[in-house]
Amino acid sequence: MSEGKSRLQKLFESGAFVVTGEVGPPMGADAGHVYHAAEALSGIIDAANVTDNQTSILRMSSIAASLLVQQKGLEAVVQMTCRDRNRIAIQSDLLGAWALGLRNLLVLSGDHQSFGNDRHAKNVYDVDSVQLIKMLSDLQRDGVFYNGKKAKGVPEFFIGTTANPFADPEELQLIRLKKKIQAGAKFVQTQSIYDIDKFEEWMEKVRAWGLHQEAYIEAGVLVNKSLRSIEMTQKVPGMDIPDALVERMRNAEDPKEEGIRIVLELIERIKKIEGISGLHIMAVGWEEIVPVVVERAGLSPRPTIE
Amino acid sequence: MIIASQKPIEEIRETIKPYKKVLIAACGTCVTVCLAGGEKEAKELADLLSLSGDQEFRVVTPKRQCDSEFLEEFDKDVSWADAGLSLACGVGVQYLAERCTGKPIIPGLNTAFMGTNRDAGYWTEMCQGCGNCVLEKTGGVCPVARCSKSHFNGPCGGSSKGKCEVNDSIDCAWQLIYDRLKSLNQMERLFETIPPRDWSTSRDGGPRKIRRPDVAIEEVTE
Repeated sequence: MSEGKSRLQKLFESGAFVVTGEVGPPMGADAGHVYHAAEALSGIIDAANVTDNQTSILRMSSIAASLLVQQKGLEAVVQMTCRDRNRIAIQSDLLGAWALGLRNLLVLSGDHQSFGNDRHAKNVYDVDSVQLIKMLSDLQRDGVFYNGKKAKGVPEFFIGTTANPFADPEELQLIRLKKKIQAGAKFVQTQSIYDIDKFEEWMEKVRAWGLHQEAYIEAGVLVNKSLRSIEMTQKVPGMDIPDALVERMRNAEDPKEEGIRIVLELIERIKKIEGISGLHIMAVGWEEIVPVVVERAGLSPRPTIE
Repeated sequence: MIIASQKPIEEIRETIKPYKKVLIAACGTCVTVCLAGGEKEAKELADLLSLSGDQEFRVVTPKRQCDSEFLEEFDKDVSWADAGLSLACGVGVQYLAERCTGKPIIPGLNTAFMGTNRDAGYWTEMCQGCGNCVLEKTGGVCPVARCSKSHFNGPCGGSSKGKCEVNDSIDCAWQLIYDRLKSLNQMERLFETIPPRDWSTSRDGGPRKIRRPDVAIEEVTE
């Protein structure tokens, strides 16, 4: 049912080099914040992840904010973590998301709640991300829930997931990525890349395992605007930032420009890597720079799709 | 074994404040071994609490508070007291409370986990009693109790240099599983996708019980 396919899926399938970004929902009920962020990125990128309480910081729901994003003409990628909901709540929310017209879904474990502002909260992890991807893919293929009941109206999300090329143990992380893809993940967004040499080595392994032929792989980059920003990024779980890049930010006369230059250099290298199907740009707290990065990286204008 | 730690003395003082005569019940099993609520700790606590005034304390140390077989002495002594202060795990506290109609039993410990003693003064969690053991699949390292996210299919992206993203005093369970399965030459197990768990055998199925008709004295119908 190709007319049900998302723009993101169609673009990947067309062979285009896809560019996605992020919209972080507000710490509150302010729709205007989401509209503003979506308007700034509409037409600039192909789709935007709408984060699910990222780093466990309580924010507006990804599904609700995704709908707001799409109202401004920007396609959304709903994020769903396994941290806060059990299998009943996850599936229920996603049925609603599909019914609302949301078509892309990114499944992830979710950062532990100890990183956020509600560290005394209970976590759920009824299912892990491999199990959730499989649960949803099976539902989409067979029209039957994991509990054995038939669905009345079956979603057809374009399901993606994440991979961290810098996490340990490296081999087991690749095995897990393979399991996610076998479970039904069709696209993969990586953790932000700073150590490009290490990423190139990782992609060699991805290619050796043939994973790039089974799922579209998007390389993640994060634009830092200051020394403080890159230092904060270092503290995020799973980040691996070479000291040389931190030093560049420390010594830069114009840290903002330096941050952009670092990302552009990374993008140049990334574009040349075999098996990469797109770029996922994050700019936490500096979203207005994304159009500049896309433009200067030669990724503008974005392709149109019928 | 069950691992526990003593509540702060201020909290204990506050909870026993209304009572003149307090029977401190140590427990001779797990909490003796983990140095939280054995006879020694009970006597020390009695001495400490006696300092502050007009309350009286006695100490009794049943072999196990969770077993009626060992509670005869406690039953006698508690008749003297206005309240009991149990230095057992939560099981012991509740079990004593069931026996003491009209008499409060106050917890003196925080029951922490099922775990092991790693070093002098150092205990770590090993089991959550989920009711459906998978240790044969994971090289003898429990993903439910020892992975902060109870992942069944490998580590999250926060595993770094063998440590958990929550903090680097926690070993990543999946690093341990990986190392162990590698040494056992059972790497193929890591490629298996473990399906969603049936958590009904865990606390999620409601409070659990085990009945063994083969060892029951009388036939029980439920």
